[in-house]
Amino acid sequence: MNNPLRTKRAEWLVTLPSFLWLALFFAVPAVIVLAFTFHGHDASGGVGAWGMETWRELVDPDYPAIVWNTLRISFEVTLWSIVLALPCAYAIARMNSKWRGIVAGAIMLPFWTSFVVRVFAWKAMLHPDGWLQACYLVLLRTRAWLFDWLPGFVQQFLIWIGMASAGPVDPASSTILDSEAAVVLVSVYTFLPFAIMPIYTAAEKFDFALLEAARDLGAKNFYAFRKIFIPGVRQGLVSAVLMVFIPAIGSYVIPQMLGGTDCVLIGNKIFMRAIQNRNIPHASALATLMAASVLVPIACAMWWKRRQDARDRRRLEQQTAKLIVAGVGR
Amino acid sequence: MNNDFLVFDHVTKRFGALTAVNDVCLTVTKGEFFSLLGPSGCGKTTLLRMLGGFERPDSGRIYLEGKDITDLPPNQRRVHTVFQNYALFPTMTIWDNIAFSLKLAKKPKEEIEERVDEILKMIQLADQAWKYPNQLSGGQKQRVAIARALVDRPQVLLLDEPLAALDLKLRQHMLLELDTIHDQVGITFLYVTHDQGEAMSLSDRIAVINRGKVEQLDSPAKIYEAPSSRFVASFIGDTNFFSGEIVSVDGDYCFIQCAGFPQIKAYNDRALKVGQQIDLSVRPEKIRVTLAPPPPEKGASINVFPSKVKDIVYQGVYTKFWLDSSNLRIAALKPHSRFLLDQEAITWNDDVFVWWHPDDGYMVPSEE
Repeated sequence: MNNPLRTKRAEWLVTLPSFLWLALFFAVPAVIVLAFTFHGHDASGGVGAWGMETWRELVDPDYPAIVWNTLRISFEVTLWSIVLALPCAYAIARMNSKWRGIVAGAIMLPFWTSFVVRVFAWKAMLHPDGWLQACYLVLLRTRAWLFDWLPGFVQQFLIWIGMASAGPVDPASSTILDSEAAVVLVSVYTFLPFAIMPIYTAAEKFDFALLEAARDLGAKNFYAFRKIFIPGVRQGLVSAVLMVFIPAIGSYVIPQMLGGTDCVLIGNKIFMRAIQNRNIPHASALATLMAASVLVPIACAMWWKRRQDARDRRRLEQQTAKLIVAGVGR
Repeated sequence: MNNDFLVFDHVTKRFGALTAVNDVCLTVTKGEFFSLLGPSGCGKTTLLRMLGGFERPDSGRIYLEGKDITDLPPNQRRVHTVFQNYALFPTMTIWDNIAFSLKLAKKPKEEIEERVDEILKMIQLADQAWKYPNQLSGGQKQRVAIARALVDRPQVLLLDEPLAALDLKLRQHMLLELDTIHDQVGITFLYVTHDQGEAMSLSDRIAVINRGKVEQLDSPAKIYEAPSSRFVASFIGDTNFFSGEIVSVDGDYCFIQCAGFPQIKAYNDRALKVGQQIDLSVRPEKIRVTLAPPPPEKGASINVFPSKVKDIVYQGVYTKFWLDSSNLRIAALKPHSRFLLDQEAITWNDDVFVWWHPDDGYMVPSEE
């Protein structure tokens, strides 16, 4: 009955369909995209002969800034989504089951409407006569005022990484529509459910008696939340970060419709190269570049985390050894 | 002054229509091992949670060392809880779990290390310090939970059914250990349990709680030997009840008439009057069962009733007899001392005598 070989084969049989699916619709296309980058293109929009010309063309002075902006904006979107999703997931997990259903339903409600329609709705809300525009101006003025307080080299640095611009706020040219702020705002709106759900799933399994225990031992509410709840749902947090960051990197509808010329992200560039310029190899190369820009940092983070864990473990073991020696000595 | 270390002053707590704690007054002495004992849902845990700061009483105050702590949040009370399911922080090592309260109190690093190491040694888990809670056994987790709550020397340690999740052997072991720890640290322990055995073996004093009220507050022996109500008598240990009326009083003793049963003689330590309805409680282990009548020198001063053996339940240390005497069911315990005492083998349907000394019956007021 418990023949390991048979169990193994059963496992294979069960997972085979998903493997096939992944191979057919993920691995093979990914390899094709990678292969395209080693081709040239022809004028009619087809894929040309093998060669490195596509990679040579990729050396475009615009690209580093676009990649940087994409990463920066995705990071901002992820950060805001997590900051908003954490208390939200916490609150839902603490509700009774009736309210839980209602609120979780409300969070899922937007998915019943087409995404493009919702983006158009935002376009209307972000109109220069709307109240969001007024809020935006207040935000910009506050930021400019804060910016003036910063030392010169910090100002230079912020301008350099694209987080700020010098000079006073001009209401006429500062519209929230067609700005980076609009892209961040609507992206957070779009991705927030994807951040809430994994954290909520983790929070549902979280033992809230632990927060009581922490408070009992002298912790304030926020401290208990930070030190006990957040580590307790870290699996959900990791999924939430990935669920937001990865689609944010690839998003192009939102910057296309709300970002104007101010906020062109790599997704828009890929779209432009593939559809407008009909240069499939170039679009493929950009896509590869984008994937690499996500995968490399994640791989580094994982490696760093593993090293950190090993170090912590070693340190604790040393401490323990010391303890035992001291115990025996006494 | 010491006597007023911890005071519940007319504390009441309602949850909707349910009154969980009803006008409770309790005083706990410093350094005492004090138990709240009662069936589940009697309000004992609510009392504990109010002391911990997790519930606020609807009325009444709670004082700790003369200070009113009723409205203080949990983190501002020097009162720590050992939770039923331990509530150890799963993302922290044992060491960090124990150091939690000390770090919060911003103690110097050396002091934290010294105190955590010291208490780890006390609970004999120094070699497990770097492990995570899920790598420990139930008993070890239990000890860590106690250490974590004790390490910054709280004024009171609250234990909420701490042994409920352990198996019998481990529970008995932890009972001894808890007792030792209490002796070592000298901190006031407030222990909540529904297990009378735990409460009896550990406590200096026990408050028996029923339906949100304190039924009796006394030493374990007093609660067992002199229960104040039918509830206490039946909740703590096994007993036989004889419900009846006092028909005559003779000096320190009185005679009780139960329906269809011969008169029973009992010690009348409450000076009850003729005509009063009472329940007489006689513990099974105080009743003797013999084939022969009791020796005549015991005389007429004791209660002797002919009975028939209905059922015999072998329980290892002793055997429990269910007897029928004038249509009353009586339970009696007979210890096994095979070669010394009762050689006689009593079996089903034997005609036997049950007898007990009048001082071994205890009268409680009739309920209803």
